[in-house]
Amino acid sequence: MPASTPRPAASTAALRALFASRIAVLDGAMGTMIQQQNLAEADFRGARFASHPQDLRGNNDLLSLTKPRLIEDIHLAYFEAGADLVETNTFNSTAIAQADYAMEPVVTEMNLAAARIARRAADQASARLGRPCFVAGALGPTNRTASMSPDVNRPEYRAVTFDTLVAAYLEQARALAAGGVDALLVETIFDTLNAKAALFALELLFDETGVRLPVMISVTITDASGRTLSGQTVSAFYNSIRHAKPFSVGINCALGGAQMRPFLEELAGLAECFVSCYPNAGLPNAFGGYDETPADMAAVLGDFAAQGWVNLVGGCCGSTPAHIAAIAAAVRQSRPRALPAHESAMRLSGLEPLNAA
Amino acid sequence: MPNAASSFLIIGERTNITGSPKFAKALKAGDWDACLAIARQQVESGANLIDINVDEALIEGEPTMVKFLNLIAAEPAISRVPVMLDSSKWSVLEAGLKCLQGKGIVNSLSLKDGEAEFLRRARLVRRYGAAAVIMAFDEQGQAATRDEKVRICTRAYRLLVDQVGFPPEDLVFDPNILTVATGIEEHNNYAVDFFEATKIIKATLPGAKVSGGVSNVSFSFRGNNPVREAIHTVFLYHAIAAGLDMAIVNAGMLGVYAEIDPALRDLAEDVILNRRPDATERLVNFADELKAAETAAKTGGADPIENRKSKIENADAWRRASVEERLSHALVKGIDTFIEADTEEARQLTAKYPRPLHIIEGPLMDGMRVVGDLFGSGKMFLPQVVKSARVMKKSVAYLTPFMEEEKRLHVAGGGTARPQGRIVMATVKGDVHDIGKNIVGVVLACNNYEVIDLGVMVPCDKILATAKEKQADVIGLSGLITPSLDEMVHVAKEMKRTGCTLPLLIGGATTSAAHTAVKVAPEYAEPVVHVLDASRVIGVVSSLLNPASKPAFAAENRGKQDRQRAEFADRRNTRKLLPIAEARKRRQPTDWATVDIPQPEFLGTRVFSSDQRSAISGQASGNLTPNTYHLTLDEIADFIDWGPFFSAWELHGRFPDILTDAVVGEQASQLYADAQKMLQRIIAEKRFTAKAVIGFWFANAVGDSVEVYSPDSQNSRATVLKTFHFLRQQNEKPAGQFQHCLADFIAPKDSGRLDYLGGFAVTSGHGVEEFAKEFEAKHDDYSAIMAKALGDRLAEALAELMHKKAREACGYGKTENLEMKDIIREKYRGIRPAPGYPACPDHTEKPPLFDLLNATAATGITLTESNAMFPASSVSGHYFNHPDAKYFAVGKLGKDQLEDYAARKGQPVTESEKWLAPYLDY
Repeated sequence: MPASTPRPAASTAALRALFASRIAVLDGAMGTMIQQQNLAEADFRGARFASHPQDLRGNNDLLSLTKPRLIEDIHLAYFEAGADLVETNTFNSTAIAQADYAMEPVVTEMNLAAARIARRAADQASARLGRPCFVAGALGPTNRTASMSPDVNRPEYRAVTFDTLVAAYLEQARALAAGGVDALLVETIFDTLNAKAALFALELLFDETGVRLPVMISVTITDASGRTLSGQTVSAFYNSIRHAKPFSVGINCALGGAQMRPFLEELAGLAECFVSCYPNAGLPNAFGGYDETPADMAAVLGDFAAQGWVNLVGGCCGSTPAHIAAIAAAVRQSRPRALPAHESAMRLSGLEPLNAA
Repeated sequence: MPNAASSFLIIGERTNITGSPKFAKALKAGDWDACLAIARQQVESGANLIDINVDEALIEGEPTMVKFLNLIAAEPAISRVPVMLDSSKWSVLEAGLKCLQGKGIVNSLSLKDGEAEFLRRARLVRRYGAAAVIMAFDEQGQAATRDEKVRICTRAYRLLVDQVGFPPEDLVFDPNILTVATGIEEHNNYAVDFFEATKIIKATLPGAKVSGGVSNVSFSFRGNNPVREAIHTVFLYHAIAAGLDMAIVNAGMLGVYAEIDPALRDLAEDVILNRRPDATERLVNFADELKAAETAAKTGGADPIENRKSKIENADAWRRASVEERLSHALVKGIDTFIEADTEEARQLTAKYPRPLHIIEGPLMDGMRVVGDLFGSGKMFLPQVVKSARVMKKSVAYLTPFMEEEKRLHVAGGGTARPQGRIVMATVKGDVHDIGKNIVGVVLACNNYEVIDLGVMVPCDKILATAKEKQADVIGLSGLITPSLDEMVHVAKEMKRTGCTLPLLIGGATTSAAHTAVKVAPEYAEPVVHVLDASRVIGVVSSLLNPASKPAFAAENRGKQDRQRAEFADRRNTRKLLPIAEARKRRQPTDWATVDIPQPEFLGTRVFSSDQRSAISGQASGNLTPNTYHLTLDEIADFIDWGPFFSAWELHGRFPDILTDAVVGEQASQLYADAQKMLQRIIAEKRFTAKAVIGFWFANAVGDSVEVYSPDSQNSRATVLKTFHFLRQQNEKPAGQFQHCLADFIAPKDSGRLDYLGGFAVTSGHGVEEFAKEFEAKHDDYSAIMAKALGDRLAEALAELMHKKAREACGYGKTENLEMKDIIREKYRGIRPAPGYPACPDHTEKPPLFDLLNATAATGITLTESNAMFPASSVSGHYFNHPDAKYFAVGKLGKDQLEDYAARKGQPVTESEKWLAPYLDY
């Protein structure tokens, strides 16, 4: 596979065609599937990192290098279940997040491997299933917040800067694109400034390569307040990222579908691009597990589809191929959300939106 | 006009160093609190955006802009509105753009530095996701006339829209509001030029907006605010009509056009609209008169601003409330401007708050509870709560010197000053949430504990290293998101691995007592305590750090966690039950050839009573016939376990620490005092009668049942008096643990050894109802409930006392040498499980026990049709002497066991199913 060439615009056209024809289906949780394997420290290390000075258990993204077969099988299971699009196993593959494991030097390699694994799975699945299968390069939020201080007594302090985030995201996105992803998904956004840095980095990448990949964006609404962790409302968030001309915008993680309902409805009412939704399998129970069954999730997402709010559905924490199969079946009958007409307005935001027509 | 006005945006100018001397002074002095207060005042006064400008020769622009924006980000009352970044230096604007999570406006870009640089910056502004103000300024200079303004703005528009792809709706033109009434004739038309240019720009450049800095127009009248306000108001009135979309103004200093003194309004309008050559002179004269007269009529402004003015006045209304209300308001709103003054005011109220600590425990904690409730219900969000916590800390910090002084005096008077203990706290790796942890930290610090707070996202090794280095007494972990649960388990494992012996506290929103019991505690041998909220932490920490109370507290915690694990095992319906045959194979093994089987000094029953008429004095004699021994309420009372007494009143905490608990201590102490008083009365007046019967019989296990033989049939086991049927755990246990059944604690028949089963029934309930009714008659429900609660406690205490006598009768109890608190914690050999409770959940095993004990005749206890005991303050059960006997919960039962059990009992399966319904796994 030519590593240096990003996927051509043909895949973008195919992706658009898919979204125009029906509600597309994203995969479910990668972490949940990995956890089911009960991997030990040695599994994460493999031979290559056997003498790495730090514990590596729990560094799921490293498995793209040390257990590639496992990751590929999970991707294949999701395609088989009905996913049109899988996310690369790169949620934490930035130099910032990998610093916890002292794994910064292999970040590029990690992303490249993850993208190639997902690409290979998509190409195999496509050949076998006779339908196009796509790969979205996943860019997670990192474990630091650019607009909030971790220290109550030093509110002006920041544990990470915009520039550091841009550099880390550029490194990640460059490798993902080289590995052959069809789109880039900035997801689980709990601090919009982190996301803005990621979007800034993607623009730098597109300048570098001369190829523009579809940019997908997904925010995390933390609780019933309807705000991100950094305090923005859904519409304020949308105003903050609209400049990136996203292919899609949506909500994922933290909540189950039922709790997301009002926020998704709000987003569907204002987004000028496609809308995505991939909730957790309910709220976490007392043990950090998730209790919603495939039928539970399918019922909620099926309802969102029937309301005409979504173009892409899938699952986040706690979801499995069984969930995705049920969700795919539940949205099959519904038409995708139609794109609204563009309304000219200056859409500003602080924590809350300010729109001036 | 009203339509235009309703969408008109006010951009607060007071955080602009060039427009506000007060802000300039605060910024230069580094008084950030004052800077923030100014920003907050702008938003509270109705500003839709705030303009931030720190351009000043002596200030380093980039870091100052960054710091101020970061501070604002932590103030939700300010950061809810978008920011207009205002600087003449691009580097300051770019530094600011890197701090905004929202979409702001850059003020400004212009063609001043040439087309290439203009386009480069515009592309970057787009990429940072902001809108932009474009000044009517080009390579030649600033546009002053209408045509110049329109020409430059049109050129910029075409470049940006056509070459950069800048969305027109994100373009804001500033066609320069220049100062009028300067005395220079060519300046007189500046306002009119602005109005006309605005009209043309709005008409010919689709989507674009127009803005301007209004104060500049009245610069000639600086020092005369009433006149300036009138000019601004008049200017805005006409500019909005011309299409102005937004303006930078002092949001707190605007009035209503219609309310300006008509004379002043006309004069101002003459100047603004350039209506007569002597307009400036006339307005200057009027201004002088006005100033001299000091009778400034309050002025007004454009319509949209009217409402916002009254808002400013209301914003200060809360200052008139009581000091407690003000403290609460400050906490809820996160305002720290007055917190020290208000805290001081509360401190002066020494009658109400004799100690500074009382202010923390009273009004401050009350306020934080409101914050907690609002947060919990989604009415406040995280940054606000962080702000509240900060106000709380400020107040506490203010009180700290007073508390230290108090401590010093305490030491001078012979007290001790050492902190009560040192706690290392951290939000675990991967988690950024620390509100709860911070509140816990505050509460601990207020109670003279030294808190080392490592902050958020703290790796395990740092926590452990710090605890070691600082010689901490306790480690506290907090977390809000679910992965933190696993990280806490990891920390517990590491603590064990590294040989740490400190108690571990677990807290935070996703943590639970169940998770702590099931997942964390088993990884670490030392106490692992779940702390539900900040109100519990002092009780927990003080119990753990006091060597006298720690063992009992740890034992209670462990007991509670054992029960929680059992309940969890019960609830896990996904877990497969073992077939009963398999479960029986996994019983707890006993070497029956060698195990100690103590021989009771009597067989059959012994009866005890506190009613002297029916009791005889004397020592236990080994007599096989029932005698009645004497009891006193006094000796029973010594065996009372007070913990459950407080639970009954919904006061949760461990006795005796609950009496000094920060939250419920006062209520608990009062309750305890009342209980003691009533108990003494009950004893003195012999209000209750205690009765008990205990017995021992030969017994052997047959399968999961136990046969009880007549004392006369020792050799042949000929006469089976009763058979008790027990149930076995079927939830599969981990390797190395057993599937328990009570029958395993009795030697099986085929072991060849004869064993003993004991039984008891006790009551202290006679007289309870009557005593309670006396209070009810006097409408004293408090005492009535108290009487019943004491009846229950005395019954449990009597069961404990009788168990002690039973153990003594078996010999081993005579040498157990336990203190009363260890007896109450059941630290002795042997158990006394009660039918209907977790180890033997079938209530229908009570009637045969009662028959065997002849319990109703001996004690007056009767069984209801559902096999409940009457009077209520009664307890009955079996005694098992086996050295390894322990309490357990049977948990879920499979159909196979139920069928076997019903067959053993000789009753239909449906009958057993009825009694055991809650335990059925099918």
